[in-house]
Amino acid sequence: MLSEPSQSTNLRRHAQALRIELSARDSGESALAVHGDLSLRQGALLWSQLREQHPAPGSTLHIDLSDVHSADGSTIALLTAFRAELHEAGVKCEFVGVTPELQEIVRLYGGGSKPSRHRRRRPQGLLDQVGHATLAILLEGQLVIAFFGQMLLGALNAVRAPRTMNWKELTPTMERAGADAVPIVGLINFLVGMVIGLQSAGQLKRFGADIFMADLVGISVVREIGPLMTAIVVCGRTGAAFAAELGSMKTNEEIDALRTMGFGPMRFLVMPRALALMLVCPLLTLLADVAGCVGGLLVGTTRLDLTSIGYFNETQRAVHMHDISAGLIKSVAFGLVIALISSQQGLAASGGAEGVGRRTTSAVVTTLFSLIVIDAIFTVFFEASGFL
Amino acid sequence: MNTVLIKVEDLTMGWDTVVLQRHANFVVERGDVFVILGGSGCGKSTMLRHLTGLEAPLDGTISVKGADPKVPLLGPPAFGVMFQSGALLGSLTVGENVGLPLSEWTNLPKDAVRAIVEAKLRLVGLKDVEDKLPSELSGGMKKRAAIARAMALESDLLFLDEPSAGLDPITAAELDDLIIALNRDLGLTLVVVTHDLESIARIGTRCIMLDRATTSIIAEGDPRVLRDTSPDVRVHGFFHRLARDVA
Repeated sequence: MLSEPSQSTNLRRHAQALRIELSARDSGESALAVHGDLSLRQGALLWSQLREQHPAPGSTLHIDLSDVHSADGSTIALLTAFRAELHEAGVKCEFVGVTPELQEIVRLYGGGSKPSRHRRRRPQGLLDQVGHATLAILLEGQLVIAFFGQMLLGALNAVRAPRTMNWKELTPTMERAGADAVPIVGLINFLVGMVIGLQSAGQLKRFGADIFMADLVGISVVREIGPLMTAIVVCGRTGAAFAAELGSMKTNEEIDALRTMGFGPMRFLVMPRALALMLVCPLLTLLADVAGCVGGLLVGTTRLDLTSIGYFNETQRAVHMHDISAGLIKSVAFGLVIALISSQQGLAASGGAEGVGRRTTSAVVTTLFSLIVIDAIFTVFFEASGFL
Repeated sequence: MNTVLIKVEDLTMGWDTVVLQRHANFVVERGDVFVILGGSGCGKSTMLRHLTGLEAPLDGTISVKGADPKVPLLGPPAFGVMFQSGALLGSLTVGENVGLPLSEWTNLPKDAVRAIVEAKLRLVGLKDVEDKLPSELSGGMKKRAAIARAMALESDLLFLDEPSAGLDPITAAELDDLIIALNRDLGLTLVVVTHDLESIARIGTRCIMLDRATTSIIAEGDPRVLRDTSPDVRVHGFFHRLARDVA
């Protein structure tokens, strides 16, 4: 800061150099003589001294600059703003005695008008807010429907002419979304399996049903927790990255460039991402299932005196192929939903870095909400259809 | 004798194994409109990033107003910079953008900052945009606002990166007029990176031309003189829009 200790000496020195004297003349005229050289360092002092002057409306004030031999733009801007304020208050105010050195800068900055007040944005009324929110939701709905329509068309075209898809993007995306996520998915699901085991251990021991921990952990992990936790991790890692990446491309006009070159973002960017996540999520879910069961096994063998073989056999007896299939079917849907929502949000970004950030947040929140809803729908459907 | 504001000695710049310029030497004097020119990829913008301390040289020294621009200052910056895209902060209004250095480095009250901001914006030809967001401005307006922000602290040295890039000819000419006025009427020294030939001839008082092939400065002097009299085929080709093969 200019006013910090190292600078304050200068400020005081300049403060002594700057002097403003008001002298009254007859018939309602007065003169405000400014002495010293003016620079931005003295801006605050100059402004406060100017603000202390309150000439009566109808009077005349001459701002005498004859003793000012150098000034910068900001201090002249303050003087002109002060002059404009006085004009507005009905005081006739002029600069007099402008030295030749200052004439050009006064001319450049001399058109000063009174500093305008901040136009405060009026708080919106309840009806306005409801109206705006409704319109925003409808507009977003329209964008989403248009997006999925384009996606469908793109998918049909890709099926008709597979060579037109951007296959080059598929493998690197699978690597980033899948292989790179293996440690975090494995660790999280291992810990979740442990937690479920620990939470149930005490209760099961009380009833002598220790061995059923394998059933509890196995079924809950394979049917629900594994696919869901995997999807949440993929959403946080890959979904957010998709949204930010596509959002930046949109704001940098790269998406427009793609369009002008004849390949739209659906075929070129969205479909490879969607396909990659649809392939990767089930694979990660299988890993999650194994990691979760191992977490339960660790608790079972250390807290309930179960043997590894016994735990493994009980898991094998309790968890059926259709349980695993249910989880994998969900995970394919989760992968598709993560890719589509993130891409849609990214492509809807506008307004620079802030817009990209907003859309990335929105992508993660919307995807998480959608994952829970879709998980519930699948579970109800599987139960009702007798699949599970 | 004019004061030297920028002194570049034996500068080698680039990244890792890529060297864009070797052993560059030049000075910028007070009152210059100093143009750094050259074809695409020769390192014009990188040179500007070195002069403003955003990049460190591979070798050599740079002195801006007697100090190494890479060494962080405790006080306000010694110069203002306008980036190619304007680089206004998208979450702030135009007025807040221009007033940001004043709020940071002075103890001016809000109404005084606002008065200065309005004057600066008026000076660069912008009116009634203080409360707008940068996303609501055109490319030319963003650049003008960025110049106003660069001037906020009354620095006498401004760096402008491609001021006319992406602008229509009339807006570009208006921006040139502004640069000339800042130099002539306010005495500012400007270092401008551009490859806009009309602009170079109008605004430049001195220039250096960078060459990618030789990674060196191949010409230095008054751009109009270089344009009309340079015997160097590369300089002649650049100023007369001749392809390198033809030149």
